[in-house]
Amino acid sequence: MTPNGTAAKPRTIVDKIWDSHVVSQQPGAPALIFIDLHLCHEVTSPQAFSTLRQRGLKVRRPDLTIATMDHSTPTTSRDLPIADATGAAQIAQMEKNCAEFGVRLYNRMSDHQGIVHIIGPEQGLTQPGMTIVCGDSHTATHGAFGALAFGIGTSQVGHVLASQCLLQTPSKTYEIRVDGQLRPGVSAKDIILAVIAKIGIGGGTGCVFEYTGPAIRALSMEERMTVCNMSIEGGARAGLVAPDDTTYQYLAGREFAPKGAEWDAAVARWKQLPTDQGAPYARRLVLDAGVLEPMVTFGTNPGMGIPISGMIPTPSAATDPIERSDLEKALKYMALEPGKPLAGHPVDVVFIGSCTNSRISDLRAAAAVMKGRKVNSKVRMLVVPGSQQVRKQAIEEGLDRIFRTAGAEFREAGCSMCLAMNGDQLEPGQYSVSTSNRNFEGRQGKGGRTFLASPLTAAASAIAGAVADPRTLA
Amino acid sequence: MKIDSIESKTIVIPIENIDTDQIIPARYLKTTSMDGLGDALFFDWRYNADGSLKPDFPLNQPGATGAQILVAGDNFGCGSSREHAPWALLQFGVRAVISTSFADIFRGNSLKNGLLPVIVPPDIHAELLHWPGLMLKIDLASQTVTLPGGRSVEFPIDSFAKQCLLNGVDELGYMLQQEAAIAAYEARRVGSINTLQ
Repeated sequence: MTPNGTAAKPRTIVDKIWDSHVVSQQPGAPALIFIDLHLCHEVTSPQAFSTLRQRGLKVRRPDLTIATMDHSTPTTSRDLPIADATGAAQIAQMEKNCAEFGVRLYNRMSDHQGIVHIIGPEQGLTQPGMTIVCGDSHTATHGAFGALAFGIGTSQVGHVLASQCLLQTPSKTYEIRVDGQLRPGVSAKDIILAVIAKIGIGGGTGCVFEYTGPAIRALSMEERMTVCNMSIEGGARAGLVAPDDTTYQYLAGREFAPKGAEWDAAVARWKQLPTDQGAPYARRLVLDAGVLEPMVTFGTNPGMGIPISGMIPTPSAATDPIERSDLEKALKYMALEPGKPLAGHPVDVVFIGSCTNSRISDLRAAAAVMKGRKVNSKVRMLVVPGSQQVRKQAIEEGLDRIFRTAGAEFREAGCSMCLAMNGDQLEPGQYSVSTSNRNFEGRQGKGGRTFLASPLTAAASAIAGAVADPRTLA
Repeated sequence: MKIDSIESKTIVIPIENIDTDQIIPARYLKTTSMDGLGDALFFDWRYNADGSLKPDFPLNQPGATGAQILVAGDNFGCGSSREHAPWALLQFGVRAVISTSFADIFRGNSLKNGLLPVIVPPDIHAELLHWPGLMLKIDLASQTVTLPGGRSVEFPIDSFAKQCLLNGVDELGYMLQQEAAIAAYEARRVGSINTLQ
């Protein structure tokens, strides 16, 4: 009940986070909302720091700002210099900017360095109910904790640095409910690839996804991060999962998580976040996890995905002429024949990494498949931990030895082959099975061709030397 | 970055879901400035491996010279949040993009740089895709696109963004004027604001 005695309007978790972050609402203007955590990296921040410098502004809340290096940072040994002069200059500029403006930086040599969306959760910086932004579209990853987290451009990076706020209009909430239970060999990555294949890459434009249902509740925090991570591939700037005991258990004791009485108070607040019964969703999609198979993409956007036992679609079957020509264009780029299975298609490179699938559970899943097996002699396999902490853990567990013995490379932390700007990339014409998030033309290297899949599918494909169903390797 | 009206012929790229990796590939984002991005616009679609222009790509055709309006397929600007995409388009000379929808982050980034994202109904869009080089007039104040014969169609735009573009309002300046409200929020905030210190 509200103070005047009327029943409070039921709200979604998105409404609740929004309402508690409105700083001011001027007539005729978007709301000014407060940002609790701002993550920065070397690629989308330099021009924002330049703006601050030109205007004589400071970083308003360095205590809510954290920086790392991941995108243009090579995954080669840290005792070697950076071979690429432009990348090296960008990394040096990041050091300079953070020192000048008093921003905490986990640089290349730090044992806290890693992909920006891996280190926030692992250090307990990412917490339920927060607003979190970063100049990166995969910021939705942090939504796994019940935070409203979204990517912004460099102008807005400057706005947040200078004011700790953003001008925003509210988004609609789109419920993605996943019922049932995943079958063995099917993972969180397959859920999100199936969602995107269903709604298309523009399907969530203007919306925030809230993932609900028993199959989502059953996921670990790391698996929820994989799902939320690819919300942008469904067109939504943000995607989140309401916090529960799984969330609190993951967070408890992490470096920046509240401690003692503050922890108890925080958990009490977080328990108020889940969507109220009867709160209206703008849209809803219901999916049954029990019928899902491992998913793999065949085309040049993440919506072009099929179950691994499926066939490559036939453009002539598309009714819309633009859709038909886009499909033709995609298959031409990928050099694939319509109507044929994708399973069994030869691959040159397998990449396990990126902010989608480079956490310890991803490496464990891949290692379980690789153990006692060999990477196919025609395949180059890269395993790239998402952070130095993940890397350390993997070494402690002996996963690095499993990968190396199998014939894979086990590299330093970074974005690596997700986006071909740090030295790790495909050669023209090569095919990869990749656990990353985008299969756009040239994304992994000019002329490279990407099949997106889960760590299990990627590991099975590395052994087979071709796109392979992990369920056949039991 | 003031805009009132744009009068130009169009360049047409009749492809849906053009992502920002196509608009500017990641390897051109290693810069710390905004210089030279126009040269990298649509790089892999625009140039052959030997650096020569691909003659059949719309930006390379004779009619494209000086054109300020790009017409493209649905869901333009999806994918990466890189603001280098609108920067590259503007540096090439594009001042407005017409489509049936835009990805959220790209649309926001464009408005902050004076690149106008114009959404038109599917029937008009189909005509514009079919006739490259049409001379169009886009008027921001009346939110209209006018075709050569005088037929015009309205387009939606966020009213605040419109005022900022028409009057050249500096958005960061506007935000910083609200310093008192920001400080008041920090003081009244229920629950701690997490700090790194």
